Amino acid sequence: MSEISIERLIADIPNGARIAVPTSRSGVAMAASRALIDRGVRDLHLVTIPTAGIQADMLIGTGCVAVAETAGITLDEFGQAGRFVAAVKAGEIRLMDSTCPAIVSGLQAGEKGVPFLPIRGLIGSDLLVNRSDYRVIDNPMAASGDPIVLVPAIVPDIALFHAPMADKFGNVWIGKMRELMTMAHAAKQTLVTVEQIVDGNLMEDELRAPATIPEMFITNVAKAKNGAWPLGLDGCYEADAQALADYANAARSDQGFSAYMAQAPAKAAQ
Amino acid sequence: MDYLPEELLIAVITRLLEGVEHVAVGVSSPIPGSAALLHQALSNGQARVTVLNSKNLQTLNDGAGDLFDRAAQGRIGAFFLSGGQIDGQANINLVGIGEYPQQTVRWSGSFGSAFLYFVVPRVILFRDEHTRRTMVETVDFISAPGVSAPGVYRPGGPYALVTNLGLFSFDRALARFRLVSVHPGHSLEEILDNTGFAFDYDANPDTTPPPEPERLTLLRGTIAAKIADPYPKFAKTVFNCG
Repeated sequence: MSEISIERLIADIPNGARIAVPTSRSGVAMAASRALIDRGVRDLHLVTIPTAGIQADMLIGTGCVAVAETAGITLDEFGQAGRFVAAVKAGEIRLMDSTCPAIVSGLQAGEKGVPFLPIRGLIGSDLLVNRSDYRVIDNPMAASGDPIVLVPAIVPDIALFHAPMADKFGNVWIGKMRELMTMAHAAKQTLVTVEQIVDGNLMEDELRAPATIPEMFITNVAKAKNGAWPLGLDGCYEADAQALADYANAARSDQGFSAYMAQAPAKAAQ
Repeated sequence: MDYLPEELLIAVITRLLEGVEHVAVGVSSPIPGSAALLHQALSNGQARVTVLNSKNLQTLNDGAGDLFDRAAQGRIGAFFLSGGQIDGQANINLVGIGEYPQQTVRWSGSFGSAFLYFVVPRVILFRDEHTRRTMVETVDFISAPGVSAPGVYRPGGPYALVTNLGLFSFDRALARFRLVSVHPGHSLEEILDNTGFAFDYDANPDTTPPPEPERLTLLRGTIAAKIADPYPKFAKTVFNCG
C-alpha cells in the first residue's frame, strides 16, 4: 500500500455517502474531516457509532450533512454541540434518533450480512415511534407473547476513523477500540488516518494481531500526525481541552462558528 | 461535620446502592460516580464499579456494545439516568422540548437510556435541578419509558429519584413516585411548588440524614483522588483535590 495524502484519502467520498464515524474517544479522523469540509462534500448521511461530538458538529455546521443517525451528539464537558442544535431547530437535517446499542446491533447485522438483529428495550419510547425502519415482532422462539424490536442492518458506504498505527501492508492497529473493527467489517469502504506507519507486519505480531484490522477490510490509509486533534487518541495523546472549549464557545453562534472555521488551524501546533 | 450539597447527594445515592455487586456510571456523572466509588470502598473492594470515560475505573474492551452486553446479561446491578425532563411516570426525555423533530429546545440525544432502563434492575434517576422545568407532568419526548405494558421484557427500571431537594422512591406497579425524605434546608412545600407531577407523600416527611462522618472522611480522601481520573474539574472544585 503506497502512502497517500489526507486529501487523496477523502477525495472519492461521494456526496450523499452514508458515512460511519466513532465516538469522540475512539479515534476520530479530525484532520480528514477538515479536509472533507474543505472539499465541500454535501448531503452526507452521518452514522455515529454510537455517538459523536465536535466532528459531527463541524460537518453539520459547514452544511455537509443531510441526515444524522445517532444516539447523541454532544461536546461532553464542554456543553452542547451548538451547530447540531441550531441545525435541528432550523430543520436543516433529517434526524434518525436512536439508542446506543441499537446502532451497535445494526452495525453488527451489517457485519454478519443478515438483514436485521433483535434488541431488547425501546418498546414504549418515542425513538421507536419515530423510526419507521425499526419493527416490533413477537419473539418466535417464545412459548407466549414476547414483543421484541428488530433493527435493520447498517451497511455504511464509508467508515472513517483515526488509529495509532498501520503497517505498510495496510493492516491497522486499533488497540481496545473494537468498534472500529466492527465498522470496518460492516462498511463497503474503510478509510483510515494513522499516527504512524510502522515497519514489519502487524498481523505477524502475536500481541498486536488480535487488535489489528486486516488489510482486506481497509480501502486506504493516510498518515496524519495528531490526526485526532483537538480530540485525544487513547494511549497516544490527551484531548486539547483549551481548543475544545474554544470550539464549544465559537459554535454557539453562526458568526462565532464561521469565524472559528476561517481562522482556527486544522492541525495541532507541532 | 459540615458538608457540601454535593456531599449530601453522594451520601444519599451511596445508601441506594447497598447490596449492589456492580455499579456502572455513564458520562457527565461525577456525583453518581463518587457515590459508586464510595459504595465500592465500603464493600472493602468487593463491589465492582465501571465509570465510563475514565482511564482506570472501567474494563470495557469489547467495543461500543460492551457495556450494553454486560447489562443485558444482568451483570450490572445499578445505573444512573437523568433527563432534561422527568415526569410522574418516570419517563425521561433526553431529546428536547416541543414537537419532534424540529424542536424549540434540542438536547444531545437518548444515548443508552432506551436499553439500560429496561435491563438494569436498579436505575437511579438523578437530577440536581428540581424545578417545574425539569420535573414535569408529561415529558415532550419519551427517550425511555418509566414502566412497560405487561408482557414486555423488563427486568430493570426506575428505583429512585434523587434531586437537590429530596429523595423519592418509585413504585413500578403504581407508576408513581413517593417522597421518602426532604433534604436538610428544604421543605415539603418547596418540593410541591417545584414539582410538575403528582406524587405520594406524608404530611410530615422525614428529613434526609446528613452524610455519615466516617463516609465523608473516605469521600474526601480516597474517593476524591479516584474521581479525579474522569472528573478532574469536579475533584478540584468540590474536594480541592488534584
